[in-house]
Parts: sequence; C-alpha cells; structure tokens
Amino acid sequence: MMNDIVEKIIAGDVRTVARLIRDIDDGMPKVREVLKALYPHTGNAYVIGITGAPGVGKSTLVDQMVAHLRKRDKTVGVLAVDPTSPFSGGAILGDRVRMQRHSMDQGVFIRSLATRGHFGGLTQSTRSAIDVLDAMGKDYILVETVGVGQDEVDVVRSAHTTVIVVIPGMGDDIQAIKAGILEIGDIFLINKADREGSDKTLSDLRLMIDMDQKKHDRGAWKPPILKVQAVFDKGVAEFIDEIDRHAKYLVETSGGLDFRESKAKVRQELEEMIKARLIEEVIDRLAESGEFDRAVESVVKGKIDPYTACENLVLPTLS
Amino acid sequence: MRQKRRVRVMVAKPGLDGHDRGARIIARAYRDAGFEVVYTGLHQTPEEIVEAAIQEDVDMIGLSSLAGAHKYLFPAVIELLRERAADDIVVCGGGIIPDDDIKKLKESGVKEVFTPGTPLDDIVKWVEHNVTPRQD
Repeated sequence: MMNDIVEKIIAGDVRTVARLIRDIDDGMPKVREVLKALYPHTGNAYVIGITGAPGVGKSTLVDQMVAHLRKRDKTVGVLAVDPTSPFSGGAILGDRVRMQRHSMDQGVFIRSLATRGHFGGLTQSTRSAIDVLDAMGKDYILVETVGVGQDEVDVVRSAHTTVIVVIPGMGDDIQAIKAGILEIGDIFLINKADREGSDKTLSDLRLMIDMDQKKHDRGAWKPPILKVQAVFDKGVAEFIDEIDRHAKYLVETSGGLDFRESKAKVRQELEEMIKARLIEEVIDRLAESGEFDRAVESVVKGKIDPYTACENLVLPTLS
Repeated sequence: MRQKRRVRVMVAKPGLDGHDRGARIIARAYRDAGFEVVYTGLHQTPEEIVEAAIQEDVDMIGLSSLAGAHKYLFPAVIELLRERAADDIVVCGGGIIPDDDIKKLKESGVKEVFTPGTPLDDIVKWVEHNVTPRQD
C-alpha cells in the first residue's frame, strides 16, 4: 500500500500527489512513513521562494515564471500559500486565478495551501509538500507566500533563491521590511515598474540593501534589483536569468545545490521538525486527556496562574 | 494540535459567462463557514476545472452559470470526473437555471442546484450536510 503510493508519486501521478499533500496539511500521522520513503528521491528540484505584500503581483509573476520555465523545457511545481481567516478557519485561495492557463499542462502542478492555525507547523508542512513535488520530478518549485508572519518568511527563506517583490511608492512598506525580510532577499523585484516612483523605490532599496550588506556578511552575492511588469511579461526573462546566475553562484560557493549537504540547512530543517513534532505530540496528548481544558478552567477561575499551569502540563510529558 | 480534515471546495465559472459576482459571494460564504475555497476565476473549460479540482484535492466543485450553457457544461464536468476516477468529488451548481433543466442536471449527476434567491445559509448548510472531507 505504502510502496504503491511512493511508486505512484515518483511516477508523477497527480491524484496521489494531491492527496498526499492534503494528508500532510491535515497532519495525518500516516504520511510520515511515506515521507521517509520519498526522501531518497528528493534533492533534485530547484526551489524559489517568492514573497511580498498583498497586491504586489506575486501570482501574476509566478504565472509568467511558469510560462518562461516551460519554454525552457523545465517542469514546474507551484505552492501558493494564502492566509486562513482567524475567525472562521476558512480561507479563499485565489492564486490559481492568475495561473489557470497552465492547468492543462502536464508539466505543471499547482497547489493552493492555507496557512491554517498551525502551531509553527506551516514551515514544516510546506517543506514536506516541496519534498513531494521534488520526488514527483518537478525541476523547479515555486513557493509563493504573503510576507507577513515569521512562518511565511521561514518558508521562503528555506528556498535556494528568495525573491522579494515590491511595487513603486511602497516607501512605508520598505521601512517595514527593512527590519524583517530585506536580509533574506537574493533578488529584489520592483513590479508594476511603469508606475510613478519606481526610480526612487529602486534607489531606496539599493541603499538599504547595501547598508545591510555591510552589516552582515552574506558573501559575494550582491542582490540585484530588477524592474519588471509581470502582467505584460516585461523583464521576466531577465529575472529568470538572474535566478540562473544565483544558482550558479550557489554551486560555486557551496559546491552544490543539494540542501542535504548543507549543515546549516539540515540544522534548520531538523530544528523545525523537532519543534513541530514535539508540539504535535504534547498538545495531542493534553487535548485528548482533557488536561488542557481543565488547566484553562483553573486559570480562568483564578485557582492557578498560567505559568504554573504550563509547567504542570509540560514537564510531566517530557519525563 | 492535530489538524482535523477541513472541507475543501472549489468554486468555478465554466464557459464564456463573465458574471462572477455570485461566485465570489458564495466563495466568501464558504470561507466564513470554515471551508477552504479554491477559486479558479472566469472562463474555465470543464477540463481545466476537473484538472484543478484533482490537483487541489477538493471534496466538492460548485459550478456557477448565468449564461445558459449549464446543460452542456455541468454534465461535461461530471463525465470528466468519472473518466479520471474522481467521481467521489461532489458537484453542485447555481445560477439562472430553469426548473426543467434542474431535473435533467440532477439526473446527470449534479447533486444539487441553487437558483437565485436561495439564502446563503441554506447553501452552506447543504454543503455541511452533503459534503464530508475525504476520510481515507
């Protein structure tokens, strides 16, 4: 049964892949064995993370990237992450609207993911989904997220190439990102570059990135800033060339593109996994036994403080 | 906390019909009911809808049609799902659809059809009662 699933995924069976990604997202324990078996078949795809504020044109850009990569005879997987409503737990996943022209292309697999209320598990589940697309044989995997929240930043950060998308006139937003995601960008794009203020945005960005580079040693790679108009497919080919250049840089400086050979990446991934697994195991047990609800009750009634309640809950499960 | 399966649905606009206000409102109502809603946008062929539904592993496809081509488009989606062995995905429809057609659509495999004026709550409740997240 499990071997069957693994074989189908390696053969690129769309339905099996789609179902496995849902099982990962839903935290089904049965996926663990499948992921273990798939691991030897991963490590071949080139992963690109794309992030930026809502409305900067990420999905349109991804759509054009898919078209260009397909022209170069590469197969592509897309993971488009959209936020879950904190009130209802539901989500509208609308990134496909911009990419539907690729839906009949057998060389393209597009999947929408919701952030859900993961306890820091988004990074973990997205990474597992990347592994699945990798194992199914996709040459490139594009991961698109709204760049808010540490989880979503972590997701794109774990890519080979991290792309930050902004639009002209986002002065305040650049202020906001300079403390957070400016450091993680390998390539910066100013989309909708025909709009007023693109030159100023370019020089602002250049300044901040240069300052940032002086602070942190990021090697010889100087993040390029490109002006594009994704909707008209202007500048996208040049952007893909920059991705190639970055890939070459990675190969030259670290000797390869396989994450599994990088100690830093493995450390980061293993950390994430331990975190996700611990939380899953502990919270599950507490929820099932009813201890969690009882503790909530006690804190509300003033019988106990939350610090002590937390200790009482966590320490016994670890011993 | 271990995630429970969540209902995943797709809202799709097949054919040349360009009126998507209704589809968007339905998508919003589904979201507010706690479903994950994949929206495909306008002008989809039945083939594109079915392929997207499979890639997204949805439990239901909601088809919206306000331009009269439902008699061809809805059964085409059902047929393609069968061909792909994905006919466990529930199909429902909505829009300006005459009573006579509703009967025929249901015979072809469309599980329910909602016409203008149906309260959103009724539609959401129908989904809650008739669509269960994949169990296996």
